[in-house]
Amino acid sequence: MKIEELEKEINEGTESISIEERRKFLQMGLAVTGIFLGGSVLSLTSIAQANQNSPDINIPIEGQYPYTKHYSMVMRQNRCIDCEKCVVACKQTNHIPDAHDAYRTAIQERLTTENGSERREFRPVLCNHCNRPPCVRVCPTKATYKDPETGIVLMDYVKCIGCKTCMAACPYNARYFNEEKYAIDKCNFCLDTRLAAGKTETACAAACPARVRIFGDLKDKSTEIYRLLHMPDTKIWVLRPDTGALPNVFYMNA
Amino acid sequence: MTDTSLSAIFAETAEPRLATSAINKATLFFLIVTVVGLSCGVLAFIYGHHTIYHNTREMPWGMLISTYAFWAITSTGLCIYAAMSHVFGGTRMGIISNRMVWMSIICIMAAFATIGVEIASPHRMLLYNILSPNPTSNIWWMGTLYGLAVGCMIIEFAGIVTGLARVALILGIMGAIAEVLANSCLGGVFATLPARTYWYGAQLPIYFLTAAFLSGAAAAVLFNFLAYKIRDEKMSPAVLLGVKSAGKAMTLVLILYTVATFWRLVSFYVGGPELGRTAADALISGPLAINFWVLEVCIGLLIPIMLIILSRLENVSMMALAGFLVLVGQFVARYDLVIAGQIVPQNMGWDGLPSYFSYVPSIFEFGVIAGGIGVVAFGFLIGERLFGRTFTQKEHH
Repeated sequence: MKIEELEKEINEGTESISIEERRKFLQMGLAVTGIFLGGSVLSLTSIAQANQNSPDINIPIEGQYPYTKHYSMVMRQNRCIDCEKCVVACKQTNHIPDAHDAYRTAIQERLTTENGSERREFRPVLCNHCNRPPCVRVCPTKATYKDPETGIVLMDYVKCIGCKTCMAACPYNARYFNEEKYAIDKCNFCLDTRLAAGKTETACAAACPARVRIFGDLKDKSTEIYRLLHMPDTKIWVLRPDTGALPNVFYMNA
Repeated sequence: MTDTSLSAIFAETAEPRLATSAINKATLFFLIVTVVGLSCGVLAFIYGHHTIYHNTREMPWGMLISTYAFWAITSTGLCIYAAMSHVFGGTRMGIISNRMVWMSIICIMAAFATIGVEIASPHRMLLYNILSPNPTSNIWWMGTLYGLAVGCMIIEFAGIVTGLARVALILGIMGAIAEVLANSCLGGVFATLPARTYWYGAQLPIYFLTAAFLSGAAAAVLFNFLAYKIRDEKMSPAVLLGVKSAGKAMTLVLILYTVATFWRLVSFYVGGPELGRTAADALISGPLAINFWVLEVCIGLLIPIMLIILSRLENVSMMALAGFLVLVGQFVARYDLVIAGQIVPQNMGWDGLPSYFSYVPSIFEFGVIAGGIGVVAFGFLIGERLFGRTFTQKEHH
């Protein structure tokens, strides 16, 4: 229909529109509004919201990964007091050699300014057991691999040639040269030293007096870690999301 | 092959004129440098790599990795030019291509010697590279392809000295393809690590290939110059044309490489993550600035370009000096690249860390570097002595 022709038509006014037609029009308007409103309501509870609207932070959802269990850790960062009981417990439990460079977990600190006053901030770090682990991809001999049962990034020491590419590839400085094993070593969420013996927590998580570290299976909806990661209105972040490694260690202030 | 036929081959290929006292002494000297230098690396297996080398948890790769890359890249360049001459024939570099094949093998041997003492457990590599290969690993592909390349080139060279031209040609092509792919994977080792902003990106593998064309041409000019210098002989017009062609290639790639270096660094200052910019700052005004401006840019790029202009591609001594300076610049460029990628703390802003970690190679690392140079110098001299006449012959096909 052309505008010129329409302009020639006489305006019928609204009086001539039947009630049925008015109802149909209103129904259509409500349907359109409903679709948009419904969509935005749904998106409020979607994983995108749980992920803090950041595509870099991937809180795993059911069926996304093939592991039987999906071990992860939450760091409630603001609770950390830098007592380093986690570091000591890790060293003892996992028999870490007494070398400067050798540690599986550490606490980083920095000074920040909040409301005009200086504040010391602590951040516990360890291997992030990434879902897309750069260390695993680069290893020439599959000496480091993602355990299909637990999702933990593990080492097969006899296969390690010591090329140190995994150390260069790791965004988290989580790997070190173990001079006793003469291979690269790393955190394994205490799989051999505690989980294999039926314990449910890593040594660092169990030793923490402030309950900073919450360890658990993300596939089990009854776990504390699942609850924490699905609390509404909680800001969750990961370290170096830009690398696309999809880490399994999540940070929050709670 | 019996001893008789071996000696028959050497009777054809050897250069008895080089059996002088001075050459013998130089050969022996570089053999001693090789043994003493690489012994520094052998000490790592006795006292521990972590005590002998100055690598740390934060900077796991040091000068040995960069030197490995330097020799591997030079080997690739030499191999490509030689194969191009063999395949397409008629190019002026054809006459010097046999020497380039030999030096390509020697350079990759220096690379293997360097990385062999850098890797903590090379015996496990030999075993598990075969038993437990990881096809997503650049290191696996790089090692496998360089191994394949050196195998091809050794058979190619055997074909050259025994006159089996067809074998030499086919294996030469296969060797060159393997070298290019291996070089590309070497670039990929660094380029595919998103954690290391200074390395990550699509440019680096091409940059490495460009560096191969540059180092290869520079090495071709330098080694041919030295070959005639030790004979105290003038180059034949055909050889001179071959060396000039290599000089031309060096000039062209010098310009390409300079442009690539410029844009590579500019890219860090137009945006992107702070880690990359801080790493680039290390070269521009930080702890690697003298390396970068004096050795990489002035000695490795600008002075060679000036020398080539002054030589008008006629003065071979001047071109050889340019080639030598290019190789020095490339050696330092590999060092700067490897170090700059790790020198910025990944947890910048935490733990009161300085902007840059400090890394100074240990005396043993310098020893291994000397050993690698020894391998190349010894290999060059022994090659000229045993196969010298093959290097100056026309091609077999």
